[in-house]
Amino acid sequence: MNIKVLGSGCPSCIKLEKYVKIAVEQLELEATVEKVTDMKDILGYGVMSTPALVIDGKVVSTGKVLSPKDIIKLIG
Amino acid sequence: MGLFNTFNDIFLKMNWLYNAVFDVLERLFQLDPESTIFGILHFFIYDTIKIFILLSVLIFIVSYIQSYFPPERTTKILGKFKGITGNILGALLGTITPFCSCSSIPIFIGFTRAGLPLGVTFSFLISSPLVDLASFLILMSFLGPQIAIAYVVVGLILAVLGGFIIDKAKMESYLQDYVIEMRATGDIDGLVVLEMNTKDRMKFSFDQVKDIVKRVWLYVLIGVGIGSAIHNVIPEDVIGFVLGGNNPFNVLLASVVGIPMYADIFGTIPIAEALLGKGVGIGTVLAFMMSVTALSLPSMVMLSKVVKKKLLITFIAIVSIGIIIIGYLFNILEIIL
Repeated sequence: MNIKVLGSGCPSCIKLEKYVKIAVEQLELEATVEKVTDMKDILGYGVMSTPALVIDGKVVSTGKVLSPKDIIKLIG
Repeated sequence: MGLFNTFNDIFLKMNWLYNAVFDVLERLFQLDPESTIFGILHFFIYDTIKIFILLSVLIFIVSYIQSYFPPERTTKILGKFKGITGNILGALLGTITPFCSCSSIPIFIGFTRAGLPLGVTFSFLISSPLVDLASFLILMSFLGPQIAIAYVVVGLILAVLGGFIIDKAKMESYLQDYVIEMRATGDIDGLVVLEMNTKDRMKFSFDQVKDIVKRVWLYVLIGVGIGSAIHNVIPEDVIGFVLGGNNPFNVLLASVVGIPMYADIFGTIPIAEALLGKGVGIGTVLAFMMSVTALSLPSMVMLSKVVKKKLLITFIAIVSIGIIIIGYLFNILEIIL
């Protein structure tokens, strides 16, 4: 599984990335977590509100910090 | 009007809270209602509690409405309109799209990438911090319906005209190079608008309340503190001399002072309230509020990342001149009416 956190480095983007890592650890998933910080790439996903979450190329959440529990629901 | 006034007194003006704070200070703390310290404490406590109650409730309601208009959907809507209609719609959508200065860059680039005219983008950017539903209701509570409506109407006109002028000035080449490169390269239909159910919207609204209160509480306290000082300590003559009707530079001064100040509209309202109480003209007060909210250093720093100096200066000039005209116009209207 490939998980991308989209965000240009705002505090909430950093928070979301942290929560994603927690969720991945809890599920003991084989997953790569990447950060996308370039505005051009973020917009390439059709996203304007960050932080956003992309799982295997599909945008699943925009403009909010999901809790680890919510993330587990999405990737579990 | 009767029903509206009752509603306004109880929920927006909160007269009961005014009386409760008065009673607590007089009976419990045995303070003399005529003393300066009583005045300061009363203004500070009453205004602080009132603003935070209103802020939380209103932001919740407004965020719920906003959850239907994420920036991605706003872009799609704006993409369908051209010319002045686009500016008007940009200004209107600026009032309901969730927005803080930290998201201005993605929105600016997103709009540009989707090929929206520069003027529409600026109409949106001007109206966004200046006018929103929550500030309208809070203005209504503190300063009454006439001023609230006047503020919203002139704010929207400023946003529409400001964007229109920037459009006519053909300043597309004064965007930063990396933004120009992206211009109109994006596919509007590819923007993602995720489905939300009622529970999602409730959660979104609740999070917004938390975020915004966290972001503005300090400014609100500072604003209330300054308002309280103006209300109780600074003599009326001094304020009248600096900002009153006899000083022809009153509006100019209020606008210039407001530019470097950075506060949410919620922080400026207690100051506005106190200034009006001291007999400062409505135009002078509006000019101050608008320059604090529409032109702030942090938002200019943000904007300078996407536009070149010349466009930034044009933007600041247009908004400043607009605010100053609005200020003098309202002062004249106040005298005539």
